[in-house]
This record gives sequence, C-alpha cells and structure tokens, in this order.
Amino acid sequence: MINKRRSTAVLLGLLATTALIGPAPALADDETAEPPAEPPKVELVLDVSGSMRARDIDGRSRISVAQQAFNEVVDALPDETQLGIRVLGATYRGKDKKQGCLDTQQIVPVGRVDRTQAKAAVATLRPTGFTPVGLALRSAAQDLGTGSTARRIVLITDGEDTCAPPDPCEVARELAAQGTKLVVDTLGLAPDEKVRRQLLCIAGATGGTYTAAQSADELTGRIKQLVDRARDTYTATPTVVGGSAECRDAPLLGPGVYTDREAFAEHRWYRVPVRPGQELRASVSIALDRPVNPDYGVLLRATAQDGRELVRGVDAGSGRTDVISAGLRWSAAEDAPDPAPSGTVTAQAVCLVVSNAFAPRPGTEASPGMPVELTVDVVAASPAPDEPDLGRGWALLLLLTLAGLVTGLVAGLLTRWWAATWREN
Amino acid sequence: MRTLIRSAAALAAVGLTLTPTAASATPTPSPGAATVTKAGTSFLTATAITAGQPVQVGASTGDHLYWSFRAEAGQVHEIAATVSFPKGRTGASTWTVDVFDGLRRRQACTAGAQTPTADASATSVTLGCTLRRVRPWAEPWSGDPLPGTYYVRLSVTDLPEPDLGLPIDVDLLVSVDGEGGASGDDGRLAAPLVPNTRAGTVLTAEPTPEPVAEEETSLTGWLPEAGSRWVWTTAGGVLAAVAGVVGFALTRRPRRP
Repeated sequence: MINKRRSTAVLLGLLATTALIGPAPALADDETAEPPAEPPKVELVLDVSGSMRARDIDGRSRISVAQQAFNEVVDALPDETQLGIRVLGATYRGKDKKQGCLDTQQIVPVGRVDRTQAKAAVATLRPTGFTPVGLALRSAAQDLGTGSTARRIVLITDGEDTCAPPDPCEVARELAAQGTKLVVDTLGLAPDEKVRRQLLCIAGATGGTYTAAQSADELTGRIKQLVDRARDTYTATPTVVGGSAECRDAPLLGPGVYTDREAFAEHRWYRVPVRPGQELRASVSIALDRPVNPDYGVLLRATAQDGRELVRGVDAGSGRTDVISAGLRWSAAEDAPDPAPSGTVTAQAVCLVVSNAFAPRPGTEASPGMPVELTVDVVAASPAPDEPDLGRGWALLLLLTLAGLVTGLVAGLLTRWWAATWREN
Repeated sequence: MRTLIRSAAALAAVGLTLTPTAASATPTPSPGAATVTKAGTSFLTATAITAGQPVQVGASTGDHLYWSFRAEAGQVHEIAATVSFPKGRTGASTWTVDVFDGLRRRQACTAGAQTPTADASATSVTLGCTLRRVRPWAEPWSGDPLPGTYYVRLSVTDLPEPDLGLPIDVDLLVSVDGEGGASGDDGRLAAPLVPNTRAGTVLTAEPTPEPVAEEETSLTGWLPEAGSRWVWTTAGGVLAAVAGVVGFALTRRPRRP
C-alpha cells in the first residue's frame, strides 16, 4: 500500500519536473568561459632621456642594455600577444623644457609585431632629451585603447620625471580610475631614491610591480616575465559597478566579479537576489593603492531588507600589503516561509555592504576611492546533515555483544524457571 | 549484498587512512610533477598549482605572489616556501605566507613559520604553514576550512624601502597529507568554494518568481547512505546474536558425561 502511494508520488513528481524543465532553458549555466574577443595587449615605454647614456650597468650604457633586452623580448614574444613600443625623450635636443616635455612617440604601434622592423626601430634610439613620464603614460594608455580586457604598460626608466606637472603618479591613479583595467609595471635602471619612490607610487596605484634592474640579465628576464604575465592574466576583467549609499537603490548583482571604488570611511551597498534553498557567497578585496597608516581593516556584511544583519566577514591587518579581503556565506534558514499560493517562490534581495577602516596618512589623496573587487556567487544551499541512523566503533560492538549476552542469560533463566514451575504443576 | 561489499571496501579504506602516518617530514615534490615557473599578482590572476607540484619563480622584492590549489575534504595541506636573496640587502625584512579560502577568508596556520624575519646578512628565509584539516561541511556562518580553491600569497610585510625591487628567487611546494573522501555522515557541501571568476552582470530588474521545485521522492531515500556504519552495525547485530545464544547456553545444566 505504502509502496503504491509512493510510486504514484514519484510519477507525479516526474510529470511535474518534465513540465517545468521545458520553459526555463535561459537559466542553463554554461560552464565554459567564452573565448576572449581580443588578444593580450602590452606596451613597453622606454625612457631615452640623456641620462640613459650613463655607463653603469656591467660597464655598458643603460640604453644599450635596454636595447639588448628589447631585442630578446621581441624575439621571444608569443605570437598572439600584441606589443607596442613608445619612447620618451628620444628626439628633442634643445634646452626648452616646454618643448622637451612633449617629446614622446610610439615607434612600434600596438599590434602583431614585425620583429625586424621593431628591432630596427629600437636600434636607432640615442639618448637625448627630457623625461616626460606622465605624458608618456597617458599616451601609452591611449595607444592601448579601450576594451574589455586588461592591458599592461611596462615602464622602463632610469631617471625621475623632469616634467611634472602632470605628476606621473597622479597620471597613473587617474588612468587606473578610468575604468579600463590598466596595470603599469615599472622597471628602474640603477634607480636612486627619488626614482624608486616615483616608480613604486606608479606601480602601487595601478596594481603593478616595481623592479630595480641592475644587470642586463635581470632586465631581460623581468620584461619577458611581465609580457608573459600579460598573456596569462589579461582576461581577468571584472565588471564595473557603482555601489550606492543605501540598500534601497543599490545595484542588483548577478553572480560574477565586479569592481568599484570606495573612499575612506565610505559605505557601499549592493543587492543580490537569493531564492530559498540557495546560498549566497560573497567576497570583497580592497586594494591599498596609496600610503595609509599601518593598521587597517575591511568589513563585509550581509543584511536583510529591513537592516537586520545576517552574517559578516571581517579581516584586519597591519603592515605592507596589496589587498585586504573578507568573505561570507549565507543561506536562508531551512524552515523557509511557505510558498505563495500561486506555487511560486520569490527571490529575497540580500543587501551587501562594504566598509573599510583605513586611515589616510597626511597628504594622502582621498579621491578617487580605493579599488574594490567584489565577487558574488549564488549556489545551491548545503543543508545540515541528518544524524546518522547507524552506529560505528568498537564501543558499539561491545555494547551490542553485552546486550545480547544479558538477553541470552535472562531468556535462559526465565526458560528454566518457567520449565521448573510447569513441571511442578 | 552489494552494499555490504561496498561498505567493507569503505571500511578497509578508512582503516588504511587511519594508520598512523610517519611524523611529517620535509615535504617532497611528487615524482614527475612539472615545475611551475609562474606566479599571479592578484586573487583573480593566481597561478593554479596542484599539491606536490614544485614552484620556482624569480620575482622582485615587494611583489605579492599568488598561487591557488584545490583541496578536498579530509586533506591537510602543508605549504613550504623558501625565498633566497642573490643580492645583499640593507636591513632585516619580514616575510609572510598568507592562505585564503575560495571566499578570500584568511585561513589559520596550525604550525609553521608563517612570518619569519630575515637578517640583512641572511641569504634565504624559509616559510611554512600547515592548514587545518578540510571539513566536508560547515554551517554558512562558520569559518571552518571547506573543500574548494585555496589561495597562497607570499609577500614581504616589513623591510627598509631601498630593498624594494631587488631580485629574489622563490621556491614553493604545497604538499597534501591524508586522502580525500571523508565519510558522508558529516554532511556535504553542495558546491565547493570555487569562486566564480567570470565578469558579473548587473541585473536590471528583480528576478521573476520561480515555480516551486517538486521534491523528489525515492523508495530508498530514507535509508542511510552506504558506508562503514552498515558494516559496524551488522557486525554488532551478529555478535549480539552469538552472545545471546552463548548466554542462553550458560543457563543450561551441564550435561552429565
């Protein structure tokens, strides 16, 4: 009887599922990442100012070391990578600073590289003029264009920018805040303290790296590594989103990676729809792209629409770091409210709020805000496991054996007693 | 019967796992594993490695190097890294290896030198971190380690500024202890903590209500999962029966010869 009723239920269930699967093909989650539409793009920006003449790298001039490194990089360039080369301070021989600070040209346009042509262009470079790093960075960003994928600029210089304003570090921050994912890696050739500070600032503002190259091998190896890295990582580009100051009008996010900016002491709200039986997963990273005081923290909270806190993720740190991250999981309690009479379940919008505890150092720029990377995912919930119905372990065996023995003894004694009583009567 | 055989196999497997492992020696790379010569620079671009795969990469002092690996329930991972300095430095530096789970939550190290300090004269520094055993399931509110992606970040947290940018060589190895396949009694995570790294889409409207999914009923759904508990309990029942017969026999008068 029971079995019969069950199989009817199964049959009904099957019918229901087949009926339901039909109209919802759009939700099918394809796991395959779509192939990126554009190739990786890198631009090398080389300083050809007068100071590159100095012969202090293994007894060779800085420019000849850089030229050799460029040749090797061009030779080893992966086929799909699009490379451009821009120089600064290469042509103007005069003393007029205004003129000299406009001196930057793209000698190899960003695209599939014609190796002989690129090498010839690099070979003719002679150290000449000023060092307009800021302008060169801005132009390099234009050369790379706007698109959906991450771009890399590799800046190779030996001297401090002699043309500020624009201050190169400000330019880097401005480029990073423009929305296109742009990373500037910097290489200092025999750098002094000022150059190092400046290059560190540029790299820090865009999430790039800084290297002090003191030999030809180091320079070549590093540029190759950076160009390779562009090929490996250029597809990781999050969607730009703007969190709001309140949950009510916060942007509604689907699963995926997002990027935003958050100023000191700012709160940014987002909303994620979560259905009953689903689990919300969110993580946030805030990048320390400017000098801040050594102790800091980040807080990610999930709240209900009415402001009730559901769960929080928090992390704090101290000292030099690139990003500070926190994450959380949340799923609705299992005794979810009964579905609406129409037989449907509505998604509950969960509010996410990101806040930070950074303290700016005196003189630290407050705007644009610090880069925030937000990852949102909604997956099937994992309910708590049931208590096991069966046992395990030696104690269980011992207990069962003892219980059996006692039962056997009692049964035997009872039988004896009963047999004795029965015989007497 | 098949359940019984399977359970017996499971029991054997559990027994094998429980045999005491040798005191954790220095991790060694798996034979034949290809050396990784790359490192990512952020969570999104972390280089994927597998346990037992050695990493050797040249980098600059001050770089934040990221790798990621997959962990299964029941495993304990040990991370060992060596940073060597081919050039002289001006002062002492403090290095750190941080581990994060797929939700970028910081993971505790149960053992190992997580933040050692290298003197100015040191030619290398060794870092280590042993993680907690990965649980098969945990409540959403807990911070227990769960199956999924784990991120390793190697960086320098404190150093004299002039030392930034100098070359370093990094060797790293993630080794794993204890095979996966924890028993199903402790729950199971519906989806491992693997981050969704695709670019997100901002929704323009609230999603429409979805029809209630019918719960699937199955004839054997109420039975506990196949596992060693079946074997233990059955063996217990048999022993109880035998003990019962023995106990009954004890109450009989011994037969005269």
